[in-house]
Amino acid sequence: MSGNKATMLHESAIGHVTGRAAYTDEVHPPLGMVELHPVLSPHAHARITRIDSAAAQNQHGVLAVLTAADVPGVNNTGPILRDEPLLPVDQVCHHSQPVAWVVAETPAVARAAAALVAVDYEPLPACLSTAEAIEQEQFFLPPAQVARGDAGTALDAAPLRLSGELAIGGQDHFYLETQASWVQVDSEGIVQVLSSTQHPTETQIIVARVLGLPSNRVVCRSLRMGGGFGGKETQANPYAAIAALAAWRCGRPVRIKLLRELDMQLTGKRHPFHARYEVGFDAEGMLQALKVQLYADGGWSCDLSPPVLMRAMVHVDNAYYCPHVHIEGRICRTNLPSNTAFRGFGGPQGMLVGEEIIDRIARHLQLPAEQIRERNFYSASAQPPRNTTPYHQPVVDNVIADLWAQLKASSEYDRRREQIAQFNDGSARRKRGIAITPVKFGISFNKTEYNQAGALLHIYADGSIQLNHGGTEMGQGLHTKILGVATRVLGVSPKRIQLMTTSTDKVPNTSATAASSGSDLNGQAVKAACLTLLERLRPIAAKRLNCAVDQVAFVDDCVQVAGDAKRQLPFAELTAAAYAARISLSATGYYRTPGLHWDPKAGRGHPFYYFAYGAAVSEVEVCGYSGVHRLLRCDLLHDVGDSLNEIIDRGQIEGGFVQGLGWLTCEELRWGAQGQLLTNAPSTYKIPTVGEVPTAFQVDLYRRQADPSTDVIFGSKGVGEPPLMLAISVREAIREAVAAFAPGASQVDLGAPATPEAIYTAIARLRARR
Amino acid sequence: MSDAPFLTINGRRFDLTGVDPQLSLLRWLKTQRLHGTKEGCADGDCGACTVALLHRDQDGTSSYQAVNSCLLPMGMLAGRSLLTVEGLAKGDQLHPAQQAMVDCAGSQCGYCTPGFVMSLFAGCYSDAADALADSAIAGNLCRCTGYAPIRRAAQQLRRQSCAGDAFAQRLAVYSGDGECADLPGFHRPRSVDEALARKQAEPEACWIAGATDLGVDLSHGRKRAGGYICLDRIAKLQQLSIEPQRVLIGAGVSLSRLERELAGVFPALDQMLPWFAARQVRNQATLGGNLGSASPIGDLLPVLLALDASVHLRGPEGAREVAISRYFLDYRWTARAADELIVAVELPRREGLINASLKVAKRQTDDISIVAAAFALALAADGSIAHVRLAYGGVAATPQRALAVESLLIGRHLDIDSVEVAAAALHSAFAPIDDHRASAAYRSGLAADLFRQFAATVVP
Ligand SMILES: Cc1cc2nc3c(=O)[nH]c(=O)nc-3n(C[C@H](O)[C@H](O)[C@H](O)COP(=O)(O)OP(=O)(O)OC[C@H]3O[C@@H](n4cnc5c(N)ncnc54)[C@H](O)[C@@H]3O)c2cc1C
Ligand code: FES
Ligand code: FES
Repeated sequence: MSGNKATMLHESAIGHVTGRAAYTDEVHPPLGMVELHPVLSPHAHARITRIDSAAAQNQHGVLAVLTAADVPGVNNTGPILRDEPLLPVDQVCHHSQPVAWVVAETPAVARAAAALVAVDYEPLPACLSTAEAIEQEQFFLPPAQVARGDAGTALDAAPLRLSGELAIGGQDHFYLETQASWVQVDSEGIVQVLSSTQHPTETQIIVARVLGLPSNRVVCRSLRMGGGFGGKETQANPYAAIAALAAWRCGRPVRIKLLRELDMQLTGKRHPFHARYEVGFDAEGMLQALKVQLYADGGWSCDLSPPVLMRAMVHVDNAYYCPHVHIEGRICRTNLPSNTAFRGFGGPQGMLVGEEIIDRIARHLQLPAEQIRERNFYSASAQPPRNTTPYHQPVVDNVIADLWAQLKASSEYDRRREQIAQFNDGSARRKRGIAITPVKFGISFNKTEYNQAGALLHIYADGSIQLNHGGTEMGQGLHTKILGVATRVLGVSPKRIQLMTTSTDKVPNTSATAASSGSDLNGQAVKAACLTLLERLRPIAAKRLNCAVDQVAFVDDCVQVAGDAKRQLPFAELTAAAYAARISLSATGYYRTPGLHWDPKAGRGHPFYYFAYGAAVSEVEVCGYSGVHRLLRCDLLHDVGDSLNEIIDRGQIEGGFVQGLGWLTCEELRWGAQGQLLTNAPSTYKIPTVGEVPTAFQVDLYRRQADPSTDVIFGSKGVGEPPLMLAISVREAIREAVAAFAPGASQVDLGAPATPEAIYTAIARLRARR
Repeated sequence: MSDAPFLTINGRRFDLTGVDPQLSLLRWLKTQRLHGTKEGCADGDCGACTVALLHRDQDGTSSYQAVNSCLLPMGMLAGRSLLTVEGLAKGDQLHPAQQAMVDCAGSQCGYCTPGFVMSLFAGCYSDAADALADSAIAGNLCRCTGYAPIRRAAQQLRRQSCAGDAFAQRLAVYSGDGECADLPGFHRPRSVDEALARKQAEPEACWIAGATDLGVDLSHGRKRAGGYICLDRIAKLQQLSIEPQRVLIGAGVSLSRLERELAGVFPALDQMLPWFAARQVRNQATLGGNLGSASPIGDLLPVLLALDASVHLRGPEGAREVAISRYFLDYRWTARAADELIVAVELPRREGLINASLKVAKRQTDDISIVAAAFALALAADGSIAHVRLAYGGVAATPQRALAVESLLIGRHLDIDSVEVAAAALHSAFAPIDDHRASAAYRSGLAADLFRQFAATVVP
């Protein structure tokens, strides 16, 4: 283990605090820039019988009103299925779907003109929830499956059996910067797109598709995003595409930045899920058989729902072994915005179902939930082994039991549990609860082909360096980590390297920056490019230093004879010499993750290169009068391998946890009878503030005992998504506190999210049952 | 005639001639290519647009007030001075608030960061006990960091002092607004008489105080009034007098000032104010504005009902006082005539009055109430209830007292029995609605249970 404690600060930190860091819509507007505003459907589902835009078009300052007829290429932005028209042809499929877009000189003119576009509709029956979709059998694609053993027979044979249902709410991304794009067709007819996108290549492809151009006529750049969280993985595309269409049609540069309420109404969210389960277990709480039916609310189009659903299905197991498993999943087609990627990508919903089941078992047996959790952990050392997932992949480098034990000790879990029991005995209307929950999260894209990355490295003769890679920066610190990789391999200081804006004309055919894989994939590609150039520089250096090629070392902005710091040259001198010797100082780097395979039909394979592990202890206090809870203390222990950058990794853990906390407590999406989003602004949709985060908030990085069996960049692990699921400990702690109002209850139902009202209702239900 | 309207930003004077007076400061900053100030919502809820407004109190002390620039129409800003994030660093020399954010890794995507920097900046020059506590940044949303590093940055700043630096010096010499002409449609009178005369001349003009209510509509281009009469320069509305028998609060006193200067007088007020919006809004919002909006979920209104406030009005016909119990007539309709101005609110101080307030929202920090409740109670010598007020917001079309339940309690002792009798009656006292915040059933339940919670603090 290298134990690298690199702590480089975020590369844009100074830009952030001074306001000098620019975002997509802030780039200097070129002369003649125009803006867009949508015409929104007032129906969740309707036939469009007429669009009359004459009045709008006649407004001073209006350049065009774009409808389906204006699309020169393919009018479709669907990333997997082609089921997502950019502009509807004859039907609207969700409330507030843009029917047309007004292009105008200013946002105000565009907005006013949009109100003048007359659209006639014939309303159609709308399906507004998973429940309705299940009843009406409105689904995308055939059912998906993950199975091992014979769950049906094992359920029948199990000594104990429980069944239940769980509805899980969605979550708005609420990235602070809304969807934004900026498009200009340059003098050579190349469509230059600047987009707040996590997936520039796909944005490029979709823009090209809509305009009917080959990919080489579109360049997409992503400067930096004011947050993404999955919400800009596919859903940046339509806004880039509409801006591109406007630029193409009007011959003017076009900027779009959605107002917050539009962003919330138009874009998809974390999928709400509905789960039904049956579990068989024994008197010790050991899992024997599990049957789960998952329904994901896909919304009006398919978007990324199939892989989201699959990731949910392969995370129901979380850290627990069950010999016989049958999981089936379906994607509901509803007349709501199309749900999409969101940090965890279905994993959190799957895991929540798993933890719900564990809690049911624990209460049924009247045993502490953490005992049931521990007993069922995957284990490589158990006899017979219990270390293979339902999708037949072994649990690679399983450290959960050790990590769990460490956290239980450091958080003084057992002592505090005692204390809380005493507190609860003496308090009728305020109850506390504590819970510990684990996370095992698979890292890699389920879709094998996405697990590749490229980089492009230029060293200039003066020794300065430009670095391009395919990943995007959305605040997660990818650029900083990549800089760390490059400086480490090249032996130069960060000052020497200019990290370039992510651009499809520098690195083509990239994958989305997603699935916690940004630094794994791009880091390796960058490392490969760096090594290529070092190999080219080595002979020149050897000659100059008068040593063997394999003695050349690159350290501290110099090249030297290994172990002899006195025999060295400045890096810039070496690069000048290389140039003079006619050595190419530009190289690409490429990486593909080894050993992955996945059969999506069978739901079986080796989809993950490795797993990230973590665990969290949360303690809450619930007020029995109001259902309001307060989070008193959290202790997180998370496995990031050998951290590439501890400051950034901690930031991801803290931030992911709080985002999960929001999803499970205060963030509630509410829809009106017409399918309109009622919680379409931060005045009604509440993400956590500093006030929801406990001051007792301990975050530690797990130090593993053994070297990993995989070869991830410098021994690190992806950290973007897994910590979000540590927040499940908060939900379980709330459940413990609720349960304390009716000791001995054999079942404690709790809504997700656990809002004050949900908690209040849960307590009332328990009291009524007694 | 005075000078052309201007605004001073980061020490530089901008001519406002020709500027749309209803445009928000945030959007106008963008037109000046001052992009550091971000738009996260245009609603006053995210704090990404926070700037520091120079403010001079009547007693002559000056301060930097963190405010949401999305809520401030340009018409209110003629003659004022403010700082944006671009104005803090001197070249490479960061301000301590910026440096602390860098040191503590307080930024990830960076979009919320300028807003946090400005909130922390304002906190650096305030001597309030909570100047750099969580409450200083509770009005700033961050979706990336989970706040822990930003909290550490605030802690780092608490160990530092900015006394005597260039920004402190600027405060020391700040002499208040510059005199200049109004922007069209925004009148900025200096006295109540002048304000009333203006209203007589322009009946469609609308009073505007802190603009934390009206600013939301303006920011979204909705409901533009014929004109606005700004109340923030009228000295009379800024009075705050704490007398032995009563407290008189000028309608224009900001909630932040109430929090500070009235602390310890009415527990019900002290308990409610920290849960009313967040710092940026409380710096601007006024008691008069809360009464003026007369929203059924105006959080201070149940408190005023519980404390038997009276509302001092001035109109063309002269002055009158209206008891708060007769003030709310129907949904957002009050006893105040359109041409009357709320000048002050009077709160009687009653010996031995037990009072408290509770607020429940989906998110406890900076959220609109599901139900807010304020209770007041006075006991006779024999321990029986001599006086009781049970006031609620969020359970009806107006803030309301549960009059029938109050009379039920008079003369009884506050024992378990009475509490349960009252709670049962409270459960069905109102006919609240279902909406996206909560169900009617929950609201009814809270009406009863919040009283139980209050009663438990009186007779544990
Ligand atoms: C993010 C955010 C959070 C909020 N949270 C809360 C909350 O938690 N609780 C809550 O109760 N409210 C909340 N509000 C609403 C608002 O802040 C309050 O109603 C505030 O008291 C309004 O005061 P103001 O001075 O800003 O009013 P303004 O917006 O200036 O005016 C509001 C209304 O009152 C009238 N008015 C103002 N002063 C007078 C006067 N002296 N005489 C007659 N009429 C007058 C105006 O004409 C206008 O109709 C919130 C608002 C925002 C933007
Ligand atoms: S932009 Fe969100 S508070 Fe102003
Ligand atoms: S750093 Fe991204 S929102 Fe705060």
